[in-house]
Amino acid sequence: MEKAEQSSTEKISSNLDKRNFWAGLLFGIGLMAFIDEVIFHQLLQWHHFYDLATPQIGILADGLLNSFAWFAAIGGLFMFADLRRRQALRMRYWIGSILIGAGAFQLFDGIIDHKVFRIHQVRYQVELWPYDLSWNLFGAALLIAGIILAKSAKERRSA
Amino acid sequence: MIHHYLGPVEPWFQLTAALVLAWAMMFYPMLAIWTNERYKKWPMHRYVFWFAGVIVAGASLVGPLADAAHTSFSAHMTGHLLLGMLAPLLLLHGKPLTLVMRGLPTKPARKLSRVMNSRFIALASHPVSTSFLNFGGLFILYRTDLFVWMHQSTWVYALVHIHILLAGYVFTWSILYTDLTTHRHSFRLRAAVLIVAFAGHKVLAKSLYTMPPAGVTTSDGEMGALIMYYGGDVIDLVVIVLFCYSWYKATAPGRIARAV
Repeated sequence: MEKAEQSSTEKISSNLDKRNFWAGLLFGIGLMAFIDEVIFHQLLQWHHFYDLATPQIGILADGLLNSFAWFAAIGGLFMFADLRRRQALRMRYWIGSILIGAGAFQLFDGIIDHKVFRIHQVRYQVELWPYDLSWNLFGAALLIAGIILAKSAKERRSA
Repeated sequence: MIHHYLGPVEPWFQLTAALVLAWAMMFYPMLAIWTNERYKKWPMHRYVFWFAGVIVAGASLVGPLADAAHTSFSAHMTGHLLLGMLAPLLLLHGKPLTLVMRGLPTKPARKLSRVMNSRFIALASHPVSTSFLNFGGLFILYRTDLFVWMHQSTWVYALVHIHILLAGYVFTWSILYTDLTTHRHSFRLRAAVLIVAFAGHKVLAKSLYTMPPAGVTTSDGEMGALIMYYGGDVIDLVVIVLFCYSWYKATAPGRIARAV
């Protein structure tokens, strides 16, 4: 009886751990998409709303991705509020997950959106490769930092 | 600038729309005040939502914006954002169905409740159906000759605008269970539908950016498409926040889970 109870509380706590990860990941994806929109589309105006090279499938994929990211940013924040309410928030792990989400989005955007679907490029009328390289390196750095942080948070917890 | 081969809308449409809206403005508070005698006081903020919704719908159907929409695609798109997205969101928060239920005598109320529980409504109010009705309708409007017909016949114009308001309303209602809802679906399903539906909205906006409907100039078409894309984003944001907040309330710890 006691054993069953213990395993059920363990299950709940591991579920909440997972939710920390998802809350951070979703918010990270949404945050990066938002930064991309504000800085590169609106302020710098490097990215174009549409460039003539975009194939139909690219527009479709971009629409889905942006719509998802918009939802993820808000949904992730509500999940964060839910974790705080349950006193199950693990700050370090959550922040690590945000970085993972943000880095993954940046890489996806840089490789799939810009290169495979050719939705738009980082910048126009310039030598493109340094921009692409720094774009993707930045994404990879975020992703790696996130993984390291999340791992260290897990180790701290189990230690 | 939309070319002049498109005829003007005959005045009977604006007149009828104004009458219907005025009726909605009068009947709602009458019903609310009348039912206050028997039930809890109808809260003030619902009147505000309802009035705001009627005014927003009115702004896109009657008056300067509606007139401008005949020559400018940007004005047309602004009107559609108001009529198809903002007005439904506001009207829904006035909880008209709850009010009607409150006002009806027992027998007709039972009948209405039977209709609401029917299989037809279950199918029609499913988020997938309502999003097809709403966003599928938009694809037909902008990607076929319907857009031209709409400017040639007042009847088509009237039907299209009634459809936009009603489809927008039913869609918003099927995602946010603000008013009475009989057939409920999980948060997960509704979230997925919401994401795909708004993706469709973005895709359509981008397709209008490159290829405006017949008779619309390039720059006007681009402006209209940007209004559709970013204006849609803003209202989308509000819908998502309300949706997530309803999830947040429903999953509160220590709260007995209601059906869905």
